[in-house]
Amino acid sequence: MTTAARHEGPGSRREAPDARAARRPGGRNGGRPPGEARGIGWLYVLPALLVYGGFLLWPLVRGAQFSLYHWDGLGTATWAGVSNYTSTWSDPALRGAFGHLLVLVVFYSVLPCCIAFVLVGAMSRTKIRGLAFFRTVLFLPQVIAMVAVAVAWRWVYSADGPVNTVLGGLHALGLPDWRRGWLGDFTFALPAVGVVGTWVGIGLALVLFLAGVQKIPRELYEAARIDGAGPVREFIAVTLPALRRELAVALTLTTIMAIRNFDLIYMATEGGPGNATKVPAYEVYNRTFNTGEVGLGCAIGVTLAVLAFAVTAGIGRLVEGRDA
Amino acid sequence: MPTLMRRGAVAAAAALVTALAAACAPGSSGDKPAGKAPAAVSTDVAKAGNVTLTVWDQEVQGGLKEQIEKLNAQFQATYPNVKINRVSRSFSDLQKTLRLALSGSNPPDVVEANQGYASMAQFVKAGMLLPLDPYDQVYGWKKRYPKGLLDLNSVTDDGKLIGSGKLYGVSLNGEIVGLYYNKEKLQKLGIQPPKTWAEFDQALATAKGKGEVPIAFGNVEKLPAMQLYGILQDGLADKEAVRRLVFGSGGSWTDGPNVQAAQKLADWSKKGYFTKNANSIKWDDTPVNFAKGEGVFMFGGTWWAPDLNDRMKEKVGFMLPPASQAGAPVATMGGESLPWSITAKSKHADVAAAYINFITSPKAMDVSVETGNLPVLPAPSRQPSAALMREVSAAWGELSRNDGTTPYLDYATPTFTDAFGGPLQELVAGRRSPEEAMKAAQDDYTAFQNKK
Repeated sequence: MTTAARHEGPGSRREAPDARAARRPGGRNGGRPPGEARGIGWLYVLPALLVYGGFLLWPLVRGAQFSLYHWDGLGTATWAGVSNYTSTWSDPALRGAFGHLLVLVVFYSVLPCCIAFVLVGAMSRTKIRGLAFFRTVLFLPQVIAMVAVAVAWRWVYSADGPVNTVLGGLHALGLPDWRRGWLGDFTFALPAVGVVGTWVGIGLALVLFLAGVQKIPRELYEAARIDGAGPVREFIAVTLPALRRELAVALTLTTIMAIRNFDLIYMATEGGPGNATKVPAYEVYNRTFNTGEVGLGCAIGVTLAVLAFAVTAGIGRLVEGRDA
Repeated sequence: MPTLMRRGAVAAAAALVTALAAACAPGSSGDKPAGKAPAAVSTDVAKAGNVTLTVWDQEVQGGLKEQIEKLNAQFQATYPNVKINRVSRSFSDLQKTLRLALSGSNPPDVVEANQGYASMAQFVKAGMLLPLDPYDQVYGWKKRYPKGLLDLNSVTDDGKLIGSGKLYGVSLNGEIVGLYYNKEKLQKLGIQPPKTWAEFDQALATAKGKGEVPIAFGNVEKLPAMQLYGILQDGLADKEAVRRLVFGSGGSWTDGPNVQAAQKLADWSKKGYFTKNANSIKWDDTPVNFAKGEGVFMFGGTWWAPDLNDRMKEKVGFMLPPASQAGAPVATMGGESLPWSITAKSKHADVAAAYINFITSPKAMDVSVETGNLPVLPAPSRQPSAALMREVSAAWGELSRNDGTTPYLDYATPTFTDAFGGPLQELVAGRRSPEEAMKAAQDDYTAFQNKK
C-alpha cells in the first residue's frame, strides 16, 4: 500500500513545474516553449493517461456516482441523494469506525515519528557502526506485505504466543496475570492492532529522518555545542528544524497508511470483536461485498479519499509552512 | 497561477458531476433477464453439440473436492460432447465474487448460490437465476426430495419470502450442526454422552471441575456464536417458531425463549465452559484444537466430520444436540449444502439442468458416501465405513424422520452476521446483557422487514 502512496507523491509534484512552463509567456516560437510542437506532448503521455484514466479515474468517478444511489449490487438502483453520506455519520457503527481511525492515526503516524525522532536524536550524536544494517532491519517491516505482517502478529498475540508467554513468566514472578487473547479483547484489540502499525511505521520514519540528518552541516552542531547546547537543546535547535520536510513526508505517508488500513484489519480481526476494530477502509469492503450496501460502501470510500487529500494538504501546510 | 489551476479543477469537477447526472444509474442498464421459462425442455444432452459448461462451486475441502471431481469426470465420460469448466473457490470467496459474476453479461452456467436473504433471495429478485420448475417436471426433484429441503431452495419471484414460490436450486449433500465429543475424555471423567440438556449441564460442570475445557469454541468470525446460540434456541423454542422467525413470517427475537437462549449462552461463558478467549480464536482452529485434546465437547457442522475422523479416529463421537427430555424429538440447524442453480443468462440451460440432475442422482449419493461425505438423500448401495461417519449418517436420518432441521440464523437478513453476531461476541465477553443482544438482533430484523 505504501508503494502506491510513494508513487503518488513525486508524481503530483512533477506536474506543477510543467504547467508553469507551459504558461510562461515569451520564447521565440510565438509564446511557445522551444522544442517540438505542444500537441505532440500529449501523444507521449497518452498511453499512461489512458491506463490511468481507465483504471483509476473512471472507477473513481463511477464510485462517486454509486455513492449517490441505494444499490444492492444486483438489481436496479434507486436514487439516494446524499443520504448515504449522512448515514456515514449517523450510523453509530460507522461513526465508531471513524473514531477508531483517529486512534489508529496516533499509533500509525504520531508514535512512529516520535520514536524515530528519539532514535535519530541519539544516533546523530554518536557514530554507529553498521548503520546500514540497522537501517535495513528497521525498514524491513515496510517491505513485507501487510497480509504477512498480519499473519505473523496474529501468532504473536495468540493465546499461547510470545506475548502471553512472557506475561505468563511475569505472572510466575508474582506480577498480576496480564495474559489475554489480545486481538479478541474488546479493550485491547484496537491498541494491539495499533502497535502493529507502529512497528511497521517506525522503519519508514527512521530511514527518512536518518537521510535528512546526513544533510545537516556538521558546523551547525559544532556551533551549537560551542554555544553550550546539551543534547536536548541541540536536537530542538538544529535537528528538528532541519528535518521539517522529512517529517512532513513521514507523517503524510503513515497517515495515509492509517486511513487505507484494510489488509491488517481484514486478516487480523475482521473488525471484531463486536465492532471494536472496525475502520472505515474495512467497512468500504464489508458494506460493498458482504452486506450488499454498495452505495453506502462507495460513500465511505469517497469520504475516505477526501479525508486523505485533506490530511495530506493539511500536513504539508502545518509542517512545511505556507508555501508547500 | 495555483488559483488558475484550482479554477480548472473546479470546472472539471463540475463537468464531471453534470456528466454523472446524465449517466445511467447503476444496475439499470436494462439487462434484467425476463424470467424466461424454457418453452420445451430437452433432456438429450448428446444432441446439444459441443458445449462448454462453466460451473462455479465451493467444493474445495478434501472429501468434497474429491466428490465433485469424480462426478464431473463421470458426467464428461457419459457425455463426451460436454466439457466442464470448473471454477472453485472457498465458501467466503464465492459469496463475494458471485454477486459480480452474476451481474455481468457473461455469467457462469451453473453456480452454487447460498440459501438465505443475503444471497439466493437477492439473486432471484434481480432475475439472475433460472426457475427450475419446468425442469422438475422432467427430472422429478420434487418427488425425490422431502418438501422441507426443497423449501430451503425456493423463493418467491420478488425475493421476499423463502420457503415458497419457485424452485431455484438442488443440493447434493446434507449438513447439520451437532455435538462432537471426545470419547476418551468422557471415559476418564466418568460421564456418558448426555441425552438431555440437564445431563449436558451436569457433564459441563464435571468437566470444568476436573480442569478440562468443557466446550471447544472459537468465535472471531461472529458466525460460530450464532450457531451456538441457534442450537440453544432450538432446545428452548418451538422449531416452527424458529423457522417462521428466520424466514420473516412471524415472531420476534425478543420473545421469551429466544432471550432465554441468550441467557444460557451468557451463563456458560460466565462459568468458564468455553475455550478461554474464545473471541480471539478462529473458527477453523476450533476442530484443530478439539482434535489436539482441548475440549471435551464441541458443537459443529457435519462438514468437519471427515477431517476429525482423520485426526481422531476412534476417539471422536457425534450426536444430535441433547433433547429437552429423554427421548423427545430434537431440532437443530442444518439442511443441505449449497444448492446448484442455473443462471438466467446461461446459453446451455438444458445441459446445465441435465448436469444438476446428474450430480444429485441416486448414483451421486453413492459417490458422496464413497468420498466420506453426507449425502442429502439416502445412498442406495453404499454405507459409510468410518464409525464417525456412521454416527453422522444416523443423526441425519433421525433428524430427517423427525423433520427436525431449522434454518441457519444468518439467513434472516443480509446484515445479520454483523448485527447479531457482534452483540453475541459482546455477550460472550460479558459486556452486554441477553436482553440487549436480542434487542440488537430485533432492530436489524425490523429494519430489514420494513425495507423488504
